Amino acid sequence: MSAFLTQYAFLIIPIIKIAILVFIVLTVDAYLTWIERKVIAHIQARWGPHRVGPHGLLQPLADGVKFIFKEDPIPAHVDKVAYFLAPFITLMLALTSLAVIPFGPQQFTVFGYRTGIGIAEVNISLLVLFAITALAVYGVALAGWASNSKYSLLGGLRSSAQMISYELALTLSVVGVLLIAGSFSLREIIVKQSSPHLGLLGWNIFGFSAETVGFTQVIGFLCFYIAAIAETNRVPFDLPEAESELVAGFHTEYASMKFAMFFIAEYTSMITISCLATILFFGGWLSPFPASWTFTHYLPSLILIPLGLWVIFDGLRYETVFGRIVLPGVGTAFTAIGATLIVFPVVNENIQGVFWFLAKVFTFLFIYVWMRGTLPRFRYDQLMSFGWKFLLPVSIANVVLTSVVILWRMH
Amino acid sequence: MSPAVAIFFVLAALAVFGSISLIIQREPIHSALSLIVVMVALAGLYLLMGAEFVAAVQIIVYGGAIMVLFVFVIMLLNAGEEERTNFSRLATFAGIPLALAVTGFIAAAIARSSGALPAAATSGALTDTKTLSTLLFSDFVYPFELTSFLILVAILGAIVLAQREN
Repeated sequence: MSAFLTQYAFLIIPIIKIAILVFIVLTVDAYLTWIERKVIAHIQARWGPHRVGPHGLLQPLADGVKFIFKEDPIPAHVDKVAYFLAPFITLMLALTSLAVIPFGPQQFTVFGYRTGIGIAEVNISLLVLFAITALAVYGVALAGWASNSKYSLLGGLRSSAQMISYELALTLSVVGVLLIAGSFSLREIIVKQSSPHLGLLGWNIFGFSAETVGFTQVIGFLCFYIAAIAETNRVPFDLPEAESELVAGFHTEYASMKFAMFFIAEYTSMITISCLATILFFGGWLSPFPASWTFTHYLPSLILIPLGLWVIFDGLRYETVFGRIVLPGVGTAFTAIGATLIVFPVVNENIQGVFWFLAKVFTFLFIYVWMRGTLPRFRYDQLMSFGWKFLLPVSIANVVLTSVVILWRMH
Repeated sequence: MSPAVAIFFVLAALAVFGSISLIIQREPIHSALSLIVVMVALAGLYLLMGAEFVAAVQIIVYGGAIMVLFVFVIMLLNAGEEERTNFSRLATFAGIPLALAVTGFIAAAIARSSGALPAAATSGALTDTKTLSTLLFSDFVYPFELTSFLILVAILGAIVLAQREN
């Protein structure tokens, strides 16, 4: 048995990791919709979902059941191959892009197979991500073309044009980071940002580490984030699915699980982009504090325990009996995890990297939702001229400027 | 059969079937999709040879940028199904003999090599991005710059052609 495991560990362990990651990502996607609806509701002085389960926490489950059981009509005269292929391409590419992201610093050996937190670590992980982004256009374009509907076609055309235009700025905006790190490997890029004494000042967004002392990548980050929002088709660049003009854009003619696949893909690419922003500009799993401040290692507990206690307190007063049982249960779990981290320092040390990574990723996801609640949509010609006449030149300028600074430091 | 060989045959079959489907499909967008399959399969073959960077660039440039433009133009023109025609005279008298000659030439080359064909030589320069770029900007700097000049001329030509109508 052991010999078998040692021989096929390179196959078995990634499959297990993929299963776990897909489960986690789909759950996070589901609850991201809940968070989005709640946050936007509160921005607009509403309550948001609160009927299914305590605080509407079971709403994603209800939505999922609805997606599975809903009728799935196929419009007349659609292009069968492309119509069915489009949602699969979109979801497959969105999930594949998560495979190269390292979620934590640890590397361990299982049955002689060396692996990390994350599915695959390749030398060219950033290029792999861009390759997948480059292919992601097809899902949207094909869905729009195959649906045999004017709204879908317009949505598909708009989004292909938008994604081609913003892909350039997206790729060029990270060249500055690549020049500093000198590598396409995401792990390498994170390691280059660490500085034991400066903490968060070493991140690329502040740039006090190694070669470019004090040269920030703020311009690069802003270009990256704007282009990334356009690539993921989110507000204020959600023209491919502008409700007021195009009903639902490229996925107008999709219902049931096929619509859900587009939906899941959109949220998954939001997660990927947030991970990428975290890794490239905000130090990935690095703590924002200097390494000598060991007391900051209790921060996860310090957040989890009060959160747990508050959920228990809130749950005991909840109006339904179900809520009075579930919410204190969830709160107790949070508190228990927080307490465990204090009691077992070994565990606490090992979750620091993952904790900071996830904290930054969720901050970016919150910004996505926040922007959707505040910003109006761009006009189409404004979107195009902004992409080509502003974003692209600025990201090229950033590349030139960073190269000059690096050359100047070298001499 | 080792896993690498098995993967090679899968990718090679994909590339061949993609190429055939590219020619015989009547719907332009299906032809474009077949071409994307060929491009991605080729990227897989490069990866199998250890040329990671070339594989990624193959997908980004050919699979992504260029084919997206193809699909975009087909969608924009809303090109319908193609009509089948009889072979043109050029195809009958020049195309078929030429195709047969090329096939015969390749078949003869394979037959002469007595079974085991050697793999294409990888110098190792393709695996590492740093080596690749150093080569590109030292030994091959003139061809590289000439190519960029050619592309620049092509872009200028496209702009001139597009502006003439106004």
